[in-house]
Amino acid sequence: MELLFDPAQLSDFLGTTLRLSIPIIFAAVGGVISERSGVFNISLEGCILGGAFGAAVGAFLFGSPFGGLALALLCAGLAGVTLAVLGVSLGINQIVAGIAINILMLGLTAFLARLIFGGEATTMTLPGFYPIAIPGLSAIPVVGSVLFNQDLLVYLMYLMVPAVWWVMYRTPWGLNVRAIGDYPRAADTAGVNVQAVRYCAVIASCMMAGLGGAYIVLSQVFVFTEHMSAGKGFIALAALILGRWNPIGALLAALLFGFFDALQLRLQFNSPEVPYQIFSMLPYLVSILALVLLAGKVRPPAAIGTKFERGAK
Amino acid sequence: MDSYLRLAGITKLFGDFKALDDVNIDVAEATVHAILGENGAGKTTLMNIIYGLYQPEQGDIFLKGCKVAIPTPRDAIHMGIGMIHQHFMLVDTLTVTENVILGLEGLGANIKLKEHEEKIAALSQDFGFQVDPKAEIWKLPMGMRQRVEILKVLYRDASLLILDEPTSVLAPNEITSFLDGLDRLRASGKTVLFITHKLEEVMSAGDRITVMRHGKITAHTDVQHTNATEMARLMVGRDVVLDLERPKVDQGEVVLEVAAANATDERGLHALKDVSLTIREGEILGIAGVDGNGQAELAEVITGMRALDSGRILVRGEDISHKTVAQRRHQHRMGYVPEDRHGTGLVLDFPVTKNCMLRDYDQAPFARHSVIQAAAVAERAEQWVEKYDVRLRSVHQQARFLSGGNQQKVIFAREVEFGPDILVVMQPCKGLDVGAIEAVQNTIIAQKKAGKAILYISTELEDILGVCDRIGVMCHGEITGVISPEEATAERVGMLMAGIKETA
Amino acid sequence: MMLKGIELFYLLRPVWAVLLALVLGSALIALGGVNPLAAYKELFGGAFFDYYGFANTLVKMSPILLAGLAVVIPLRAGLFNIGAEGQIYMGGLLAAMAALYLPEIPAAIHIPVVIIAGAIGGGLWGFIPGYLKAYHGINEVIVTILMNYVGINLVSYFAGGPMMQEGAPYPYSEEIAEYLWLPWIMGGTDAHAGILFGLGLALIAWLTIRFTTVGFALDTVGKNQTAGRYAGINVKRQILVSMFVAGAFAGLAGTFEVIGLKFRLYHLFSPGYGYDGIVVAFLAGLNPILVPLSAFFLSGLKAGAHIMQRATGLESTVIDAIQGLVIIFVAASLAFRFNQSQWKRILDRRKSMERQLAEQNAGAKSGSD
Repeated sequence: MELLFDPAQLSDFLGTTLRLSIPIIFAAVGGVISERSGVFNISLEGCILGGAFGAAVGAFLFGSPFGGLALALLCAGLAGVTLAVLGVSLGINQIVAGIAINILMLGLTAFLARLIFGGEATTMTLPGFYPIAIPGLSAIPVVGSVLFNQDLLVYLMYLMVPAVWWVMYRTPWGLNVRAIGDYPRAADTAGVNVQAVRYCAVIASCMMAGLGGAYIVLSQVFVFTEHMSAGKGFIALAALILGRWNPIGALLAALLFGFFDALQLRLQFNSPEVPYQIFSMLPYLVSILALVLLAGKVRPPAAIGTKFERGAK
Repeated sequence: MDSYLRLAGITKLFGDFKALDDVNIDVAEATVHAILGENGAGKTTLMNIIYGLYQPEQGDIFLKGCKVAIPTPRDAIHMGIGMIHQHFMLVDTLTVTENVILGLEGLGANIKLKEHEEKIAALSQDFGFQVDPKAEIWKLPMGMRQRVEILKVLYRDASLLILDEPTSVLAPNEITSFLDGLDRLRASGKTVLFITHKLEEVMSAGDRITVMRHGKITAHTDVQHTNATEMARLMVGRDVVLDLERPKVDQGEVVLEVAAANATDERGLHALKDVSLTIREGEILGIAGVDGNGQAELAEVITGMRALDSGRILVRGEDISHKTVAQRRHQHRMGYVPEDRHGTGLVLDFPVTKNCMLRDYDQAPFARHSVIQAAAVAERAEQWVEKYDVRLRSVHQQARFLSGGNQQKVIFAREVEFGPDILVVMQPCKGLDVGAIEAVQNTIIAQKKAGKAILYISTELEDILGVCDRIGVMCHGEITGVISPEEATAERVGMLMAGIKETA
Repeated sequence: MMLKGIELFYLLRPVWAVLLALVLGSALIALGGVNPLAAYKELFGGAFFDYYGFANTLVKMSPILLAGLAVVIPLRAGLFNIGAEGQIYMGGLLAAMAALYLPEIPAAIHIPVVIIAGAIGGGLWGFIPGYLKAYHGINEVIVTILMNYVGINLVSYFAGGPMMQEGAPYPYSEEIAEYLWLPWIMGGTDAHAGILFGLGLALIAWLTIRFTTVGFALDTVGKNQTAGRYAGINVKRQILVSMFVAGAFAGLAGTFEVIGLKFRLYHLFSPGYGYDGIVVAFLAGLNPILVPLSAFFLSGLKAGAHIMQRATGLESTVIDAIQGLVIIFVAASLAFRFNQSQWKRILDRRKSMERQLAEQNAGAKSGSD
């Protein structure tokens, strides 16, 4: 209760909520693009991890967070290419392909990280992004410092979500994506290149999830650890369902999960005598609960998970 | 008249199968040219070649006298060719406008939806289509969706429109307004290629007719210079016996009774409204109607694949409404030939043997004490393949690799050979060639002679007229009337199919 | 003849996938500055040709084999059980509880009770997503994954809270009574009888799927759910049962870790065996009788990794990367299915071409004579 009445604490709590939401927002909004084009993206988890790894390596090699950002996009993008080749071109079950990518990313990043960083992997501090206060806006009580005293990646997210919405609902490409996700043959006969659109959608989606991973490394912890994605990609999948495959909805759902994550951290802090793991499961439980409550009320894109072949009936 | 499209010596192979064999057609500008032929005659393949979906092995295409190659639909669109597919290529969740502009080039980065909406409204006005550009597709009736399809093509400035079986999803009154629409298209200088297997439509709407059979052209003629009987002969390759043998069988007691059945479809809509019917031993009850008027739901509530909201299903007086599919099939000896062979009637990845045991997989002789008797299964499969003349390489071949007719024979063997009391058959002849259709209909008539109660659902009125003893017509989930084949004139059935009930 | 050979080539797809992964893996090893051949020699020698190493392979094989079965069984019915990891934890948890907290009962009853408790623990963790899938249509992939995290955290909570041994340096429970321990199968090593259970269950699973109506129904549902309903199969029950059985198998994997290897409930006691199960399942082509083989191979990789690290100094995580490559290539190989008629056409065409050539040659010869 005191939380609500103490502005400093409230602001701190909201800040934590936002911070914990951001990787999920990137991945969930990215996932919307891929799934609206009819491709399941279970590999969001692997893409976050790939992004985190790329960010760490880039920042380490180039000594700059921008180098990290570039490599994060590259690594996650490569995961996206793999998913597209397996799931779109070869027509392998997209869930199998996604799981395979997650397992590959897990092993590959663990090995390469040890190779590149050696023994100092966990002790070093990588260069990262630091908060830039926006004059004026950041002075707004409570929310000002939460929303407008953030680093570059958060501001990028502020731009990205409306941009994705605009692309999906206002541009020809977005129209193609939405059509393909529901009825690819209709788009094909109208002259849309289904495979090309799906490739773009999948790769873009993975790169956005990669940004989520980059955020963890470059803005939060400044170090790479094995399996640091810790299931955030899967929570993002739940978030995009909860958000009904709409970028704005996915944003709100991701914030909700971030809120519960922040809540459980506070509970941990307030009750040190209870083993913290009982609180750690809260975001996962909330995700499951959200799926149960929503069951039957949401409809995924009709053609999701199906491969498209020219000429096949 | 100038030639708009000319096809010269088109040949198309699918594996070893010659789908098109040296096809030559000349389509004059601003005419309605009908391509008439049975299912499997190669009409759709031909259209797909013109639209760039398939490439021919041999032959040339000329547009306004110039030789052209059409590698993709996009190229076809550029050349002013538009296609309206039999199954509408519309995205349910998008609006009319979004569907119309989908894939359009030069939309810019930001779609100006308002502008397009206004242009589409105007275009729709020009052709008297009355389509609301903002409506979502899934809310529109079939006839309206077809207009959206045509608008889609017109919006791209197509001057050649290809219509593939355009009337198959329309109710009779919708067909009339569709044919009026064709006239308007021709009047405004469009060329229309119109594929169908329905004679009457060709006679009332076509200018010229090309008849196809087994991938070959059998005739070119003007509508004025021919008549329906000749057309039918050219289409089928022999004189058509319009009256099938309808043997008189003494009808016994009532076997199946459906009483005031109500059910809901996948979209949560009320799909079956107070449907009641009875079928006696040795009787075939036909159900006619335009596709999607509750026929599928009727078959499903009888066979137990869909739950009833209210009402009852009785077999020989016993209420089976709450019995499972398995109980109905085994205790009440119900056979079911479903509409969707690939999605429901068969497991395409299974060999023919396993598909043969699908119905009775846990019964003798296929299984004893839950152990599958592979030898008995194979033996039974061999017997059925022999008896029903199923053409295949081996009974261990995957069902996927059988032709449609042979797949249907496997299903019929399975659903008939166990000795049903009731047989529910839905669209059994869809997509089959003449020989297969005859085999299927003979099987059904043989079952009637054996005293079974048969429910025969089809959208093809001729099929039903040929074999049924009584005909029920469905519209909007209701049975609008039950009549005898002798009373079934086209007008009367048409009224019933359109939902105009007769006051008895 | 030729056709049979080509078919065999297709049949051995997983083998080619593994070989390809090993070849690419050698590039990774070389990247680590180690001679790949030397590394593989240490790896496989240590895993398969050394008494203690072999025992270590069997130790890892016990949970991986069972986890593989836990993925295969629902997948036959078309369901993705990504939740074997959580099911392993819940199996371990309930088994440990049954082992530690039941009042004194004779060993002959207590041991089966512990095993059954473990199976039920995992089974419930599989049943829940199965129920949500069957009755509410909720995607089982996401639910099983999320439930992994819940299960792992639950075990951590119990091992670090209510069940924690007093004064323990990190979360683990009291030791379970010695009479509950599984027997060892190789003297002087940790290899325990859990592997025998696994092999037995793999055989039973194979017989059931291959020869009984239960397996037929499962496969029918997996290949075409609507046709399954049409055939009178209770699809919902198939989903529930297959997910429960799968969970139970994974639960047994956790149980045997507790009563066969660790003898306590540790937090984080499974290093991802549930995920290894996914790799094993696809490597085995979803055939239960091949699961032991692919589990043996994968366990060998894992067991040999540490021996390799000690001998060559190469990071053992390279094995995780190679495992990732294995599953990618196995997944990719699924796209290439043997199409008999297509190959027959190609071969026939070649034959007729050869005949023509031969005739032409013969003709040319006779002409020149």
